[in-house]
Amino acid sequence: MHAAVVVFPGSNCDRDLAVAFETAGAKVSMVWHKDTKLPDGVDIVGVPGGFSFGDYLRCGAIAANSPICNEVKVHADRGGYAIGICNGFQVLAETGVLPGALLRNAGLKYICKTVGLNVVTSQCVYTEGYSAGGVIDIPIAHHDGNYFADDETIARLQGEDRVAFTYTDNPNGAKSDIAGILSANKRVLGMMPHPERAADPGHGGTDGQALFRALSGILTPA
Amino acid sequence: MKARVHVMLKDGVLDPQGEAVRHALGAMGFDGVNGVRQGKVIELDLADGTTEANVNEMCEKLLSNMVIESYTVEMS
Repeated sequence: MHAAVVVFPGSNCDRDLAVAFETAGAKVSMVWHKDTKLPDGVDIVGVPGGFSFGDYLRCGAIAANSPICNEVKVHADRGGYAIGICNGFQVLAETGVLPGALLRNAGLKYICKTVGLNVVTSQCVYTEGYSAGGVIDIPIAHHDGNYFADDETIARLQGEDRVAFTYTDNPNGAKSDIAGILSANKRVLGMMPHPERAADPGHGGTDGQALFRALSGILTPA
Repeated sequence: MKARVHVMLKDGVLDPQGEAVRHALGAMGFDGVNGVRQGKVIELDLADGTTEANVNEMCEKLLSNMVIESYTVEMS
């Protein structure tokens, strides 16, 4: 597996994500936001958490219009795998690769804590290492994680088994408790919680490991 | 020439910041504030010949997120 991790000015989970991919057996290339091409043979693109471009205008909006994001979009459009975590989810929503948007937390506070997630589906490469219906503990750290989409979009996500994770105890007002969603072909995952921060015993939790481990064996170049 | 862009959350999208401002106004004794919506104003200093259609395109591609926001443009 060859993973590319995108780095924007203000990204701060890029190296954690790279370590999680490496631990799962991937070769990792870091890609700068001004790059106009992904490295050859990339199987999966990771869009990391952080505060790209200082969260100016809207979280992820400026990053979504950076040169590398055009390439991420092309990669996703031709069926490539991509995972966006936290700010990375905001970026993928802003690009339109994933539907909906992330609003300010309903309680207006930045929230940093470990939360319970229901694994809603195990029918995708990211969650097949979990049991659908199970609960995992993963940290969140965000100010704008309140998932919003119109009712029709939410119904479509639910009907097509594209809700990957929901919160057991909704911390941010997200519609239908949604914490993570999948693209129509289920190859792109966006999630607010940070599995890369629960991928090593030193982190205090390892429930995120299964996500990265599941990726390693089965990815073939798109 | 200049353009002034107003970006607002669409009706039906919860605005927790506007709600917090409404609560604060009530707590300060300002009665009769039934609702507050908070948006943003973006001023653009434009080269001559830039059209309103150009500004609309800027709004749809970057300045507003059409999933949750609407915008209006004033040219001057």
